Amino acid sequence: MIARRFLIGAMLAWTFATATAFAVEPDEMLDDPVLEERAREISAGLRCLVCQNQSIDDSNAQLAKDLRVLVRERLVEGDSDEQVLDYVVSRYGDFVLLKPPMKPSTYLLWFGPILIVALGILALIAIFRQRGAAMIAVESLAPAALSDDEKNRLAALLDETDTIDKTGGSA
Amino acid sequence: MPLDQTRQPPPKRLLFLLPVAVFGVLAVYFAVGLTKDSRRLESVLINTPAADFQLPAIKGRANPDREWGLETADFKGEVTLLNVFGSWCIACQVEHPFLMQLKQTSDVPIHAIDWREEDLDAGPNWLKHYGDPYALVGDDPVSKAAIAFGVTGAPETFIVDKQGVIRYRHIGPMNAEVWDDTIYPLVQELRKQ
Repeated sequence: MIARRFLIGAMLAWTFATATAFAVEPDEMLDDPVLEERAREISAGLRCLVCQNQSIDDSNAQLAKDLRVLVRERLVEGDSDEQVLDYVVSRYGDFVLLKPPMKPSTYLLWFGPILIVALGILALIAIFRQRGAAMIAVESLAPAALSDDEKNRLAALLDETDTIDKTGGSA
Repeated sequence: MPLDQTRQPPPKRLLFLLPVAVFGVLAVYFAVGLTKDSRRLESVLINTPAADFQLPAIKGRANPDREWGLETADFKGEVTLLNVFGSWCIACQVEHPFLMQLKQTSDVPIHAIDWREEDLDAGPNWLKHYGDPYALVGDDPVSKAAIAFGVTGAPETFIVDKQGVIRYRHIGPMNAEVWDDTIYPLVQELRKQ
């Protein structure tokens, strides 16, 4: 029973592992493992134009397959990784890159989150400073210690109240 | 004791408005960004020369005077349309009657890329069945020309001017409305240049 379960588990694991690994078909692969590795890396960074949240390395779409083949053909012809990417971007725009490039039009995208966090920290500092100042202000408004004269008067007044309470005087 | 002195100064109104302003800006961004269809990408190839490509003719359309069925040079000299279709493409079937109608009523030559056919007969048979509205047709089984034109799906239609420069791309089936409102006015304008 346990062995059977293990077998089923192993089979499922195998199915999922192969299903999610990649969409590259054996006949697309290059014989040169170094070139193939570069091709895989480039493909993983290129968006499939059909299934837009997948890379062409993951996608089974026909257009993705043709793009994978194109990437490999260009590598075989001696293109650098850069040149291959540049060609695809020249046809489809920056949208085809899964990682957006750093350039003036994307600065907001790259630095926006940092900017917002920085603004938040500044706001926090401002708020704490303001509160600190308010606390100091409150403390400085605290009355000075009682003078001896005042202490005596206070004691006398308290005594008076006690006496009234003890004698059952009305509150 | 004058307690008023312990009160904080009245908060600056502007500071209270800040979150509202941030919300407003985000709302505008989302309103634009989330309603934009990312499948209808602006082509980056508008106003650039059509890519250098050569495609063989589809079966039955071979012309002994021509080396290729469709090539870049075919787009020079007059304003032309380039239609990307495939026999596998349902939306192309929807568009097709309108292209047949254009063949009768308009004087704009329509060239075509027969894209990603599984076999040599699929495209020609489809055109035999539904009618052939095209001037020249190139066979593009592995997306060579399609990628060069930045095609993301079928049908797509490009307007190419006399100098062979891509001027417009329409994604999806063309119809009378698109033709009358956008494509034909642009073709006429480009013809004057």
